[in-house]
Amino acid sequence: MKAIYPQMEQHVVVTIMGAVAAELQSIGHRPNFFYLQHAMGLASSMGLGIALSRPELTVIVLDGDGSLLMNLGGLTTLARYRPKNLVHVVFDNESLLSVGGFPTATSTGSDLAAMAAAAGVPRTETVVTLDEFQRAFNDATGAKDLSTIVAKVEAVGPSGYVTDLSLLENRYQFQRYLRDKQQPLSK
Amino acid sequence: MPVSTSSSRLIYDSLKAAGVRLMSALPETWLVHLIRMAEEDPEVQLIRLAKEEEGVGISAGAHLAGVRSAMLMQNHGFLASVNGIVSCAQLYRIPLLMLISHRGEFGERDPWQTEGGGVTTHVLDALRIPHALLDSPDHVAKRIQKAQTLAHSASRPVALLLARDLMWEE
Repeated sequence: MKAIYPQMEQHVVVTIMGAVAAELQSIGHRPNFFYLQHAMGLASSMGLGIALSRPELTVIVLDGDGSLLMNLGGLTTLARYRPKNLVHVVFDNESLLSVGGFPTATSTGSDLAAMAAAAGVPRTETVVTLDEFQRAFNDATGAKDLSTIVAKVEAVGPSGYVTDLSLLENRYQFQRYLRDKQQPLSK
Repeated sequence: MPVSTSSSRLIYDSLKAAGVRLMSALPETWLVHLIRMAEEDPEVQLIRLAKEEEGVGISAGAHLAGVRSAMLMQNHGFLASVNGIVSCAQLYRIPLLMLISHRGEFGERDPWQTEGGGVTTHVLDALRIPHALLDSPDHVAKRIQKAQTLAHSASRPVALLLARDLMWEE
């Protein structure tokens, strides 16, 4: 995540709960980052809502294998509307880490990138190394088309998941960021 | 198919008057005209869903991005969306305008709709979601406007139940 942080700083980021949210906050929270701390599966749907509402912005969704498995149908909706300004990253640690590390179906062979491709997502890739991930992410943000990147990662995370950023503080700060982007204060 | 075109038009125009520019929907018989109207309207983005719960996330994203939205779904779709409503829309205080076709009430001929019909308002009450019935053209415009006003002032989901008397001509 550190590898792509410099680019995420410039874009709108929507994450899932758990390790992804906690780690991104530990690297550095920004007002253009929103962490959906529950409602598993809906981070990609929120990203779609933002991307279609604000085509001038680039939206990065940081998803996980457990979350995406709860909203596989959402892949077909993403592909159907194919927002050119959305990059869908799936950190696949093959487990539900924050609730005890129980293995998900990707640990027994379910292939999320293949599912995204079969759903109609035009650009899909599975990456294993950090270099590959960084290259795939750069390609995706430059491609101006919907991409799903599945990044295979180790099932390690922080010791706790509650941070000192309250959910509603994050929500209103993020909304204000998007509003100010729309109506710049400078004349 | 005796779904009321005039009632659908009235509902659609009222949604637009309430500022709605994005509608997510999963087809159901009573909603066919509404969905077609959204599809043909260049001012409205229609998002066809695979499952209704996605619509909660899409509406939440649209709201934070400054676009007013509505969800069009059957009451069974509402029941399928409950976790999203609770842990996205309610947890994050998202105004969410839900138009729910109230199948399974008096006059329902499809046996498979009847269980959902009996629990819908109870589930809405359990979730503390304010709801009103749209059962006559007389109050459609006003109730949609008022529902939208409350959704935004309370920053919470609200529901309008589309009744058979309004939607079905027989």
